[in-house]
Amino acid sequence: MNIFYLPRRDAITLAVFALVVLTMPIWLVPFGAAYPGLMQKFAIFAIFAVGYNVLFGLTGYLSFGHAAFLGVGSYTAVWTFKLMTMNVIPAMIFAVIVSGLFALAIGFVSLRRSGIYFSILTLAFAQMCYNLAYSVLTPITNGETALQLTINDPRVLDLMFSERGAGLPSPSLLGQGMSGIEAFYVVAVVLLIAFYIAQKIFVSPFGMMLRAIKSNQTRMHYTGFNTRPYALTAFVISGMYAGLAGSLLAATDPLAGAERMQWTASGEVVLMTILGGVGTLIGPVIGAWLIKYFENIFSGFNDAMLHHTFSWLPQGAQDVVVAITSKFVGEGWQLSLGLIFVLVVVFLPGGVMEGIRRFSSIFRNRREPGPTGALKTSPAE
Amino acid sequence: MSETKGNVVLHVADVHKRFGGLHALADIDLQVEEGQTHAIIGPNGAGKSTLLNVIIGKLAPSSGAVVFDGNVLTGRKPYEINQMGIARVFQTPEIFTDLSVLHNVMIPALARRDGAYKFNILRALERETGIRQEAEAMLEDVGMHSRRDMAAGSLSRGDKRRMELAMCLIQHPRLLLLDEPTAGMSRHDTNTTIELLKKIKSRGMTKVIIEHDMHVVFSLADKISVLAQGRIIADGTPDQVRGNPKVQEAYLGGAH
Repeated sequence: MNIFYLPRRDAITLAVFALVVLTMPIWLVPFGAAYPGLMQKFAIFAIFAVGYNVLFGLTGYLSFGHAAFLGVGSYTAVWTFKLMTMNVIPAMIFAVIVSGLFALAIGFVSLRRSGIYFSILTLAFAQMCYNLAYSVLTPITNGETALQLTINDPRVLDLMFSERGAGLPSPSLLGQGMSGIEAFYVVAVVLLIAFYIAQKIFVSPFGMMLRAIKSNQTRMHYTGFNTRPYALTAFVISGMYAGLAGSLLAATDPLAGAERMQWTASGEVVLMTILGGVGTLIGPVIGAWLIKYFENIFSGFNDAMLHHTFSWLPQGAQDVVVAITSKFVGEGWQLSLGLIFVLVVVFLPGGVMEGIRRFSSIFRNRREPGPTGALKTSPAE
Repeated sequence: MSETKGNVVLHVADVHKRFGGLHALADIDLQVEEGQTHAIIGPNGAGKSTLLNVIIGKLAPSSGAVVFDGNVLTGRKPYEINQMGIARVFQTPEIFTDLSVLHNVMIPALARRDGAYKFNILRALERETGIRQEAEAMLEDVGMHSRRDMAAGSLSRGDKRRMELAMCLIQHPRLLLLDEPTAGMSRHDTNTTIELLKKIKSRGMTKVIIEHDMHVVFSLADKISVLAQGRIIADGTPDQVRGNPKVQEAYLGGAH
């Protein structure tokens, strides 16, 4: 009982978060995003970002190579499907173990340096993994065609209990297929467990040591701490989260390609974390949702839809407005994302979470102007 | 060298330190006795900070060794040296500016209890009541209990120093190294810091203090070593040192 304890505030956060995640199919409807495929991505990339934040948010070590662990997780999961069973649980377990081992090796070397050199080392390792997946490792990764399930896979465990079916099998959990809304709920529950573990880390003495490393590594050394194993543990944990997210990507769509490991994917999780709010628990989740929303919804806009949106304007003006706005949607969705990112970093370095904090403190001050409110607004660094 | 009466805790034995052509420390032999406050004074550039950095393991001596309680410190990492019972206060307070005052003091207490590394995520920090009470009592001791929830970075310089002292004291170190503990402080802050150091003097902890301020040195030290141009030119009790003509010439007189 004591082991599962969370401070009151965090327990409430977890309850509200669970409510928000599990009711996604309802509240996402007005945003046009309530379809299972996208909601699965919301949950999966939230896991990725929450884990990444354990490293970047707490210790301040900026890794540019976490997509490697996402890819390793996916490959491991697909291989587990192929060799053992279509059940997703072993796939998740193996993905976490294998990506954890990768993170141990890469982190062990990369953490010999800090700051920009650490970032460059992680980037180099991730690009190495990516290129190996396309070249010498094609027997394992299937190169450009991506690793896929085939009818003749061994699936040792599954075939001990049942006959080989006629079609391609699909991943399942306790006999329940991993597609559509059911798959979303499975992934959502995994997200809640992952979020809870991250909360435990944040409120633990271990989590405070990671924060202290970020704050003053010199003091940590002279206070009797060997900081490298602390940072390495955080690195491995975040690698495991990435591997878990990778295995869930494979579970919802049993295909693993090397592009998942590319540096752009590593950069994306950095963006998610910074956009949402580094070092906060909810921030990276919000960041992941915003980016996935933009990627999937904004990119779907085309000129016809824009003309429809601006149909209330006179013809000439309508053409001009559509010509300008079309650069920011559809193919150009990354332009809007980039602009939002720049605005957030310049005006809200603490991300969306800082915006929420500022907004609520303004609100609170207006309600009850007093010394407590004045104190709380001051440290808005 | 003066003959030893008490139990020698720290022995700096024949230490030399060269930086290229510069002989920063030459033939340093220093014995610190248990329970004493040993001050190292000297003009700017005499090698005081170099000596402290050699003791704490930040710099490796070119030759010679530092022995603490029978163990050679030379070549050990700072965290190992701390775990052996040596804590250090820096010239510019080294603190966790983003964390609360209370957490700043709890961290070293956890270092003493859990060692150099422990993966401890099961019990929430909130439930570490023993450590918390210890930290609160320590903050009470240094008169900072009312500021325990403030961010350490927003404290005044004097309070940062007091907190850093609390961070060292909570580890109950056998040896406390203080590098100019009153540097850059107002007269008022200097006096409160001296009072605090006098208070901890009665706890029987051994201290090595590097200081510029003669007022601080003569009100705290049991023994003084005078460093000039990388050599110890005198050592003894405050009165002996004060009367030593070599010291007057090299340091006290040279200051004018």
